[in-house]
Amino acid sequence: MTADAPPELVQLLTPEGERVEHPDYDIDLTPEEVRSLYRDLVLVRRIDLEAVALQRHGELGIWASLLGQEAAQIGSGRALTDDDMAFPTYREHGVAWCRDVDPVKLLGLFRGVNHGGWDPAEHNFHLYTIVIGSQTLHAVGYAMGIQRDGGDGATIVYFGDGASSQGDVNESFVWASVFNAPIVFFCQNNQWAISEPIEKQSRIPLYRRANGFGFPGVRVDGNDVFACLAVTRQALKNAREGQGPTLIEAFTYRMGAHTTTDDPTRYRVASELEAWKLKDPIERVKAYLFKNELADQEFFDAVDAEAEKLGADLRRRCVEMPDPTPMAMFEHVYSSEHRQLDEERTAYAGYLEGFES
Amino acid sequence: MTVLTLSKALNEGMRKAMEDDSKVLIMGEDVGKLGGVFRVTDGLQKDFGEDRVIDTPLAESGIIGTAIGLALRGFRPVCEIQFDGFVFPAADQIITQLAKMPMRALGAIKLPIVVRIPCGGGIGAVEHHSESPESYFIHTAGLRVVACSNPADAYSMIQQAIQSDDPVIFFEPKRRYWEKAEVDTGSTDWWAPFDQAQVVRQGSDVTLLAYGPMVKTCLEAATAAAEEGRSMEVIDLRSLNPLDTGRVFESVRKTGRAVVVHEAPVTGGFGAELAARITEQCFYHLESPVLRVGGFSTPYPPSKLEEHYLPDLDRVLDAVDRAFGY
Ligand SMILES: Cc1ncc(C[n+]2csc(CCOP(=O)(O)OP(=O)(O)O)c2C)c(N)n1
Ligand SMILES: [Mg+2]
Repeated sequence: MTADAPPELVQLLTPEGERVEHPDYDIDLTPEEVRSLYRDLVLVRRIDLEAVALQRHGELGIWASLLGQEAAQIGSGRALTDDDMAFPTYREHGVAWCRDVDPVKLLGLFRGVNHGGWDPAEHNFHLYTIVIGSQTLHAVGYAMGIQRDGGDGATIVYFGDGASSQGDVNESFVWASVFNAPIVFFCQNNQWAISEPIEKQSRIPLYRRANGFGFPGVRVDGNDVFACLAVTRQALKNAREGQGPTLIEAFTYRMGAHTTTDDPTRYRVASELEAWKLKDPIERVKAYLFKNELADQEFFDAVDAEAEKLGADLRRRCVEMPDPTPMAMFEHVYSSEHRQLDEERTAYAGYLEGFES
Repeated sequence: MTVLTLSKALNEGMRKAMEDDSKVLIMGEDVGKLGGVFRVTDGLQKDFGEDRVIDTPLAESGIIGTAIGLALRGFRPVCEIQFDGFVFPAADQIITQLAKMPMRALGAIKLPIVVRIPCGGGIGAVEHHSESPESYFIHTAGLRVVACSNPADAYSMIQQAIQSDDPVIFFEPKRRYWEKAEVDTGSTDWWAPFDQAQVVRQGSDVTLLAYGPMVKTCLEAATAAAEEGRSMEVIDLRSLNPLDTGRVFESVRKTGRAVVVHEAPVTGGFGAELAARITEQCFYHLESPVLRVGGFSTPYPPSKLEEHYLPDLDRVLDAVDRAFGY
């Protein structure tokens, strides 16, 4: 392959909902499994839309929408086994769904009631990481741990196209390669890092960077849930079997703003979004189900009703989320007592009491 | 005179610096087309082009490291770090290279680089977006560290920082970006040296020492205290390294009491440095120990709790009361 060869893209389901073959990847899904993927996609989009609405109503400080990236997240997330460990950025609400993290727990960070909200070990899903790229090194270290304690799983780490420029991410590639760590680097290239298009980060398709580090890279249609599932499954299997890391570049699109505080009209043209809407990750699965008579209207209605209920439930539970008490600030900073902090806590409690009397 | 917000004043200041000196460059994440997430560089790329206003790859160490190279080649980069919490990936380049290279070259190298950092809390943000990391840089010899608190200072100080032949860490109080005031952009007669502190309110009973976002808080506290007959002098330090000790000591010797206010945690914070210097130099004038009001010795809390973490008028007045209790 020459450096300027056109990038190859693994696709198993076209935007029109046609199943296509790929020489290296295939997937055999029962109708039930396809319906289940469809349900996942619809429900996580609904969670996301609800969160955006909650932010608009002042219930969340900010929200980072996954709109458009559902297939990349559900496909890769459903490729994980219970033993696998996932390290997300701040946008992996779909992966969180696959790891059985209660959606309301995702809201805590964005509502400003906590910095995390779930126990990573309980879900094999690490906390969200806001500092771009940091988690890639944690993930490689975790994978090195699996190598050393004889665990069964592999590790997957999520990051963005922008993150691919960070030193930490490049160091994580070196580490993973040198130690042949059981890890999958899952880069969602959603074409944008806030206002900067991918051209500001890379002159070559991102998946090709892997070659230089000594492990395989593959670009997958990030809006194709079948392909994302197949490619990630294979990469995780390779990792578990001792074949080391893989970089997966999920080629997708951030359909919404970077976050609810961003205004993408300042830096990108509307026609780009329109073009990507035709590649919607959910519509193609729906078309596939319809065409092949794997689901009827009753099924689609039921999923919609479930999404409606999930949204309403999330809304209610978000608003009901209790505010932290001021004293919570002093908790968990250290694992055991700490003189100065304890003094500050006592003094501040006394200070607050002064207002009550 | 024009009325400018603090962010627009910075923008106008940078624009002026770019017009005056073709070697001045702007670089950072999203500073070009978007004009920065706070719009501080709004319109500059449109007017000065992509060679002078550079949307960089997403890597803070890269931003500072390449700025050093550009400076070696005679340019004067003004680097934006998008949020305070993201300066740490650049800490290596700032602390090990930027701060020390000129001295290693026995003065043969100058690194006229400005690192702009929106700092502080109070905007309801998620973690790493509300930090006050000034102490790390004050602690590092070779860096000038300044903080603006109002539009006029923002306008003049950013230009002075760009003109300085030393690296300057330039803190911008993000929750004050939208504060408005009159700025005289037509003359430089009113400019004070950017390493000089300013007495922003005269008083006789106690000196409040603040910088950046806390200056406004202290001024409000002084107004409230005046109603109760207590006269507070408020000093906007503006420069944290070097420190304008002359003005600080003069004020404290007059009032006999000093309270330092900053958002950064008190532990190992700049208040400790001030307290030590004041105690050494004004010992016989002090009626009470120098007291500090600042963030707690905890990570910056989730935003629902930030009003507890951040010093406010009540906590400043409480400290003043305690100072009078000695
Ligand atoms: C170290 C660091 N620098 C800057 C930021 C501010 N920031 C938040 S998201 C973002 C862009 C990230 O782009 P990408 O990696 O493509 O992920 P996406 O948001 O598109 O999912 C930036 C610059 C940050 N969070 N961390
Ligand atoms: Mg991106």
